[in-house]
Amino acid sequence: MRIEAVNENTCIVYLGDEIGDQSAERVRWAFDRISSELADVLTDLVPSYTSILVSYEIDRIDRFGIKARIEAALCDISDEPTDQSTAAEILLPVYYGAEVALDLEAISAHAKLDMDEVVSIHSQNLYRVYAIGFSPGFAYLGQVDSRIAMPRKSTPRKRVPAGSLGIADTQTAIYPSVSPGGWQIIGRTPCKMIDLTSDSLARVAVGDRVRFQSISRDEYLALGGNFDEF
Amino acid sequence: MSFEVVKPGLLALLQDSGRQGFQHLGVTSGGPMDEQAFYLANKLLNNQPKAAQIEITFGMLSLRAQADCVVALTGADLGASINGESIEPWQRYKLQSGDLLDFGSPVKGLRAYLAVVGGFIVEPTLGSCATVAREGLGGLDGKGSKLIAGDILNFDQGAQPLSLDSLSWSIPNVLIPDYTKPIDLGVILAYQHESFSCVEMSKLFSTEYKVTQNIDRMGYRLSGSAIRSSLNGVISEGIACGAIQIPADGQPIVLMKDRQTIGGYPKIGCLTVLGVGRLSQTGPGSVVRFHPIDIAQAEAERMLFNTALATPA
Repeated sequence: MRIEAVNENTCIVYLGDEIGDQSAERVRWAFDRISSELADVLTDLVPSYTSILVSYEIDRIDRFGIKARIEAALCDISDEPTDQSTAAEILLPVYYGAEVALDLEAISAHAKLDMDEVVSIHSQNLYRVYAIGFSPGFAYLGQVDSRIAMPRKSTPRKRVPAGSLGIADTQTAIYPSVSPGGWQIIGRTPCKMIDLTSDSLARVAVGDRVRFQSISRDEYLALGGNFDEF
Repeated sequence: MSFEVVKPGLLALLQDSGRQGFQHLGVTSGGPMDEQAFYLANKLLNNQPKAAQIEITFGMLSLRAQADCVVALTGADLGASINGESIEPWQRYKLQSGDLLDFGSPVKGLRAYLAVVGGFIVEPTLGSCATVAREGLGGLDGKGSKLIAGDILNFDQGAQPLSLDSLSWSIPNVLIPDYTKPIDLGVILAYQHESFSCVEMSKLFSTEYKVTQNIDRMGYRLSGSAIRSSLNGVISEGIACGAIQIPADGQPIVLMKDRQTIGGYPKIGCLTVLGVGRLSQTGPGSVVRFHPIDIAQAEAERMLFNTALATPA
């Protein structure tokens, strides 16, 4: 673990060097610890793949104090749970039909697999939320099975419909709102990923485990799914 | 008690001290680009430090007072006038119901702050009225819209007396920047600074950079000697206000108040938040220089400012 100053009210805690489940678990664990034990001095936390950016009230604590308190909060970091038993597991329904899976054909051609196989491989994995960013609620999940991994589109779409589920290399993500984007779209969820009017706000947090459940067109519609282009 | 927006100008936004505690969901902080000007405007009126104000970028805004009130104007000199009579920033002014407060175009600086006694009353979204258009958050409608003609901006002076005499604190000269002077911003070496060789690092600190046309509340793109990192990219990580990204073309981008929460470009260091404010007062073509500072200096700069703000009114 490394703690480095960034500016007068921000430092960054590095918890690993590689993207993966182990880093995600460490980040989730440390995020919970820091947010509960340093609540009196924190202004914001930004967990990501291998790090947590920590912003604090400079009138309450200085660069020495924040470092000492983070170290104390994470002192038993080597004893962190490794069985992932405390991370939430979230089931997300996804419709993989051609109307919404805008790039399924392309992925299938790239992977040299049938479209059904691509869907089956994608929906079998248990994923981890590695980071949230790009836009509110945009969650980066890994790892996508290497058989269906595919680079981003060379020309991004100007508008990707909300709820779209995409693949970029070995990561997969859901667009929580309409936005430009270059991920290869494989399906769409009827679920709202972020709802600023609800108390829970976002459906997933960094470190959560996510499983996609393939649903039929009827189920998709029954859950409030739509075929709006935008 | 309210103001009516007669003309919205180029970009007038409601801003409070910013949206805190939601960056882990990818929601940016927003808030005033120039914290020094913002906090001093509230201080002039003895307001709560975070009370909502209008951030006026470039000018051309026109407001009509619909009640007698006291306002404070700080930041850029945008050629403001009351009923046609010129006024200067960094002062309080008394307005009568029916008065017209007009902004022209930039004389010095780029962003002005207008506070009213008691602050503007705006329904917060996620705890703040800070307007972030990209995220559709904050502002009068809660959906990130900038001010438009016909908007009614309410305020409540409460039991505050309406006379200028009851407010005596004035801004110490040392806290009033001269926006016409060239700027030399302190950079804290942070993040991936070790991926820049001495030669590359010295470009940042010994040459001049120009503010380009590509500036907004998210970031300021600069142009000058290209700086090369030994890294192509980094694992995406949280971006602090003031972080200096160096993309592949070597031209620095300073991340401002509406920045994305995470990003994967190498970063050479970070400005202080007050430094971000100073940069935000510059427009395209302005010359910027940088010098290294250590974290202790950055902390001391902010503590001095906060101490000045904390002096009794």
